[in-house]
Amino acid sequence: MSAAALHRLSFYRLWAIVRKEFIQMRRDRVTFAMMVGIPLMQLMLFGFAINSDPKHLPTAILAADQGPFARTLVAALRHSDYFALTREPATEAEAARLLQLGDVQFVINLPEDFSRKLLRGEQPTVLIEADATDPAATGPAISAVRAIADTVLNRDLTGPLARLRARAGPIDFQIHAHYNPENITQYNVVPGLMGVVLTMTMVVITALAITRERERGTMENLLATPVRPIEVMVGKILPYIAVGYIQVTLILLAARFIFGVPMIGNLALLYGVSLIFIAANLSMGITFSTLAQNQLQAVQMAFFFFLPSILLSGFMFPFRGMPQWAQWVGSCLPNTHFLRIVRGILLKGNGLAEIAPEIWPLLLFLAVAMTVGVKRYRQTLD
Amino acid sequence: MSPTDLAIDVTGVTKKFDGKTVVDAIDLSVRRGEIYGFLGPNGSGKTTFIRMLCGLLTPDAGQGTCLGYDVLTQQAEIKRHVGYMTQRFSYYEDLSIRENLDFIARIYDVSDRAAAVQHSLERLGLQNRSAQLAGQLSGGWKQRLALAACLIHNPQLLLLDEPTAGVDPKARREFWDEIHQLAAAGLTVLITTHYMDEAERCHRLAYLAYGKLLARGTLAEVLAGARLNTWRVTGPGLLELAAGLRGRPGVEQVVAFGNTLHVSGRDAAKLDAAINAVRDPRHEWTRVRSGLEDVFISLMDEAKDNFA
Repeated sequence: MSAAALHRLSFYRLWAIVRKEFIQMRRDRVTFAMMVGIPLMQLMLFGFAINSDPKHLPTAILAADQGPFARTLVAALRHSDYFALTREPATEAEAARLLQLGDVQFVINLPEDFSRKLLRGEQPTVLIEADATDPAATGPAISAVRAIADTVLNRDLTGPLARLRARAGPIDFQIHAHYNPENITQYNVVPGLMGVVLTMTMVVITALAITRERERGTMENLLATPVRPIEVMVGKILPYIAVGYIQVTLILLAARFIFGVPMIGNLALLYGVSLIFIAANLSMGITFSTLAQNQLQAVQMAFFFFLPSILLSGFMFPFRGMPQWAQWVGSCLPNTHFLRIVRGILLKGNGLAEIAPEIWPLLLFLAVAMTVGVKRYRQTLD
Repeated sequence: MSPTDLAIDVTGVTKKFDGKTVVDAIDLSVRRGEIYGFLGPNGSGKTTFIRMLCGLLTPDAGQGTCLGYDVLTQQAEIKRHVGYMTQRFSYYEDLSIRENLDFIARIYDVSDRAAAVQHSLERLGLQNRSAQLAGQLSGGWKQRLALAACLIHNPQLLLLDEPTAGVDPKARREFWDEIHQLAAAGLTVLITTHYMDEAERCHRLAYLAYGKLLARGTLAEVLAGARLNTWRVTGPGLLELAAGLRGRPGVEQVVAFGNTLHVSGRDAAKLDAAINAVRDPRHEWTRVRSGLEDVFISLMDEAKDNFA
């Protein structure tokens, strides 16, 4: 944009657009209710529903040995909370069928010589068969089994049997799980939802902004007036920054008072950084709306942007688990950086210095999206 | 005539879309305070030409000025002083009449905005409906709102693209009275229309077909320039007569008007020969002045022969 054009930027015209957008927002009550309602609905839905540490998984036990050691082992598995012993099949074939049908997640096989071998010091084998079609569902339970097996029988192996107790390994690992020691999924998901909800609503709202004017024919009129592209774009973005802040506040309130998410860091800093993120998403939406021919296309583009923002940002799956190229793609998305900022401020108490490496990519994204949007916004119908 | 007397003065204006010439080297001069009628069939390039005048489209070739500003380089200045009324209603249906006017007044940075909005509501008789949403208005009221909105910044030139399409005759007449008052006060108006009665209310006319300007001038000049000869026939069996005349050399148009038939052709000698061949004593033939519609259809047929 040339210096002369910038010189003619009028705050008076900008304000005219902002006012108009607010009036239209007020008239479209359904959309406004959705913009406020959707974040709350999603927060409740996902906040309560998503659990990366599944427990009480249905388990079948095939116990050929009913001795005291076997009973202790079974009780320990049940007390771990990972296994709910729901079936006791009579045969191996029946057990296999339960696994096949998906009625149980695990089948535990205790051989008939379990106690005998144990007493002889022969290290009996306990077979645990898992339906591992979804590794995330079985993983935590399987690692819990190993911990149980080491210690479970120590109490029963007394007197002369004490020699059978598990011996300590050569190394003692001390593990301190910082910031979320109890591994509570909500602490990770609820702050993450802030970025997801903002990405979804902000991009869609503005993706429609210019396409709607074009479809309704009002764009031709707007183009015939002295109003400049930057005034139209900024005028359409400003009102929705207010909406974005309403969403941020609602999510933070719910996170604090419904999910009890710890908030260690500075909330004022979080509010400040949110402005960059909201503006980045709004600019992206505006850019989409200058590319789309109609409102349907605009919504499709918004979804094309939304999916990787969920899947590759580290919201749903661990960011470091992705191959390098996918991490690069993820790093181009504003949500990836915003997630780290929100989790960093809320859970880890990060300050400006710690989140700075995540702020500049957001600023860069905002600058690029805004520039493309202004360039793509046609001042004529050519 | 000095250039300052001309609101529009362009030459050779051309616009192509995907290699197809939509507007082909049009020259046009419109004097200030004049109502200039722009006529032509659908798709003849009228809307494209108007959009080039008000800075919505950039001409591929040609040059000239609109209100003294260069149409190629001073589009921003042109936009400030032109009122453009689009073919389709293009104000916000979810805003009230007053909010629409207020928005446009703000966009043009009108001084004393409240008074300007109030004045424009009153002049168009919209003050009682000012809180009504534009989307709930009937076609006639939407048109009044659109006119009020494109006048709010006191433009020097009004470009109206088929403003009366779908408007009832009474509203149409009132609209034209308003246009004449505005022109009398010094406003220049360029208006496109399909209605012949409206064309006759313009000071001067231009006829556009296939992107070319085929005729221009006052009504009398356009009629005379076409050199079209027209006969009116009355009598029995006109339907058979019409069938007998069509296709004969020299007969270009045979049009039924109630109980009469109009027969026209550019070549008077050939037309007379054709008529003599089917003459019947029961018919009464009268030589009449060609109507504007006859002239335009003839111009279009001629253009089709030449360009299509």
